[in-house]
Amino acid sequence: MPERLIEGSEAIAEGMVAAGCRFFTGYPMTPFTEVLEHMARLLPEHGGDCINAESELEAIGMVWGAAAAGARAATGSVGQGLSLMQESISEMCRGQVSAVILNMSRGQTDYFQATRGGGHGDYRTPVLAPVDVPEAAELMQLAFHLADEWRNPVLFYGDYYLAHVQEAVDVVARDFGELPPKDWCVDGTSGGTGNSRLVSPLSQTKTDLEMHGGGYGSHLEFTIARMEAMEAGITPMVETGYLEDAELVVVSFGTAARYVRYVVGLLRDEGLPIGFIRPITLWPFPHQVIAEAAVRAHAVAVFELNNGQMIDDVRLAVNGRAPVHFIGTLTLDASGFGISPDYDTERLQDRILNAFAAQHSEVAS
Amino acid sequence: MTTVPTATPPTIPARLVDDFAPSLIRNEAHHLCPGCGEPIAMRSIAESIEALELAKRTISVVGIGCYTGFSSACDLDTVQALHGRAPSVATGVKRVLPDRCVFMLQGDGDMVNEGLQEIIHTAARGERVTAILLNNGVFGETGGHMTATSVIGQRTKNTVEGRDPIQHGFPIPIANLIAQLEGAVFVARGAVNTAANVSRTRKWIQRAFELQMQGAGFTFIEVLTMCPTGWIVETTEAPDYLNDNLAATYALGVLKEPASK
Repeated sequence: MPERLIEGSEAIAEGMVAAGCRFFTGYPMTPFTEVLEHMARLLPEHGGDCINAESELEAIGMVWGAAAAGARAATGSVGQGLSLMQESISEMCRGQVSAVILNMSRGQTDYFQATRGGGHGDYRTPVLAPVDVPEAAELMQLAFHLADEWRNPVLFYGDYYLAHVQEAVDVVARDFGELPPKDWCVDGTSGGTGNSRLVSPLSQTKTDLEMHGGGYGSHLEFTIARMEAMEAGITPMVETGYLEDAELVVVSFGTAARYVRYVVGLLRDEGLPIGFIRPITLWPFPHQVIAEAAVRAHAVAVFELNNGQMIDDVRLAVNGRAPVHFIGTLTLDASGFGISPDYDTERLQDRILNAFAAQHSEVAS
Repeated sequence: MTTVPTATPPTIPARLVDDFAPSLIRNEAHHLCPGCGEPIAMRSIAESIEALELAKRTISVVGIGCYTGFSSACDLDTVQALHGRAPSVATGVKRVLPDRCVFMLQGDGDMVNEGLQEIIHTAARGERVTAILLNNGVFGETGGHMTATSVIGQRTKNTVEGRDPIQHGFPIPIANLIAQLEGAVFVARGAVNTAANVSRTRKWIQRAFELQMQGAGFTFIEVLTMCPTGWIVETTEAPDYLNDNLAATYALGVLKEPASK
């Protein structure tokens, strides 16, 4: 049994350190601030560097440089701060810069930003959305592994609950297997050799333009092929419950899924054929699992704390096999932190039961 | 003043300019306009790195502008940054590799327009990097538009009657601003419009790299460069135009020296 009871922010910070992250930077904004505080304390103890960035623009720029120089590097903010970083995140995908970016979001209104890419151009970033503190400590480490494996930014999607809930957890360094050597990084030693290195969103090497003549267009083709390979190469992660005979399947992610899992469990105890699906990777999205569940189910319901964002992906996965109901809601608490009055098990039970009743009436009609 | 004797044949045989090409310039082909001052500045950087034998300890961080070709033309480890972001990218590189020589190359549009806060914060933090600003007072790459450093009266594509301070405000003397910050230890403004200025500028660039490697603090070299295309003047007139307009607004010289020990 774990011996320490720590809050999510601390577990996330320890997860980063365990993964070998030695460069962190950020601009305060609750609930990301708490992660920044823990990193400011932890990194100097581990020979790393934590910089108080003057804005989110500096933060993402510094991470770009630190990652290009070979460090496991991370920054983050809240969705608003990530909006400021989007130009760089987009171009880091084209520049093949591996880094981890945390969105300690206020509620779940940044699903589109996280999964569609808030910036310009054709690119993708893997997105990991933990449900609780132990999973956060694990996924934080996986994020760095995926970033290095695919040479791409990876997003970690947390929230206020994850930042502040205290849970018993031992943060242990995880080994996710072999990685390609980081011989693409600049270390300053190849100058004058004729083969000096280049980390750039515009081309892959210094000789690209001379060799291929295709210029920027061929680099974009290369980038798109990389994104397709990444989508095919990352197995979507998902948690499911009670799907075998479920007539109604409730889909939710992150903290919301923790409530759904609990309430569906209660309804199962009452004998109602309801199941749940929790995407852990929001990109690549677990289309297959949802599609298969939709073949058996009479209906699918989506609970998310926004005005309906992930429901687009659920509909694409279901692809007309069953009706898809939105049972989520915007987070309208006064704090703005996403401490929602709708995280209420009785209210959630009503929402799920209404969706269950609706699918029965649809079947009857 | 030394005069070149013309009555007798030269004692030193003529040499091709090619003989002088710094070995760190990978490819002499470029798509810069005739009369552009940027290649001279880039050459000065390459020569300084060679002179200090830092080629295997240097990382350049290059911004977005006409000079972006330096990313691939120069045989140094390079990180290409986005428009305005080079100071933060260079900060990240230097913090991870503190014993390397890290410099950023930016234009006035990149540094003084898009990335003004980045350069000021990086200087204030005293990051041990060298910033090299190629200042021609115009967005050359977009075809000649006003930047924050365009001088009063300067004609550009979007100030066709000349920069009017009532409408377009006043130019920013960035090197003077930087010199006021505690974190900046060496600040100089040179130019590449005459042989004498090229020579002085080259020395200041080398001095900045030396100070960086001694861990002195943030170093900043502004280089006024010719842009006859963007200035809408004859190629041959550009060096004089620089002298009469840019250098008249931005005085050349060393603005800040490290405190002597």
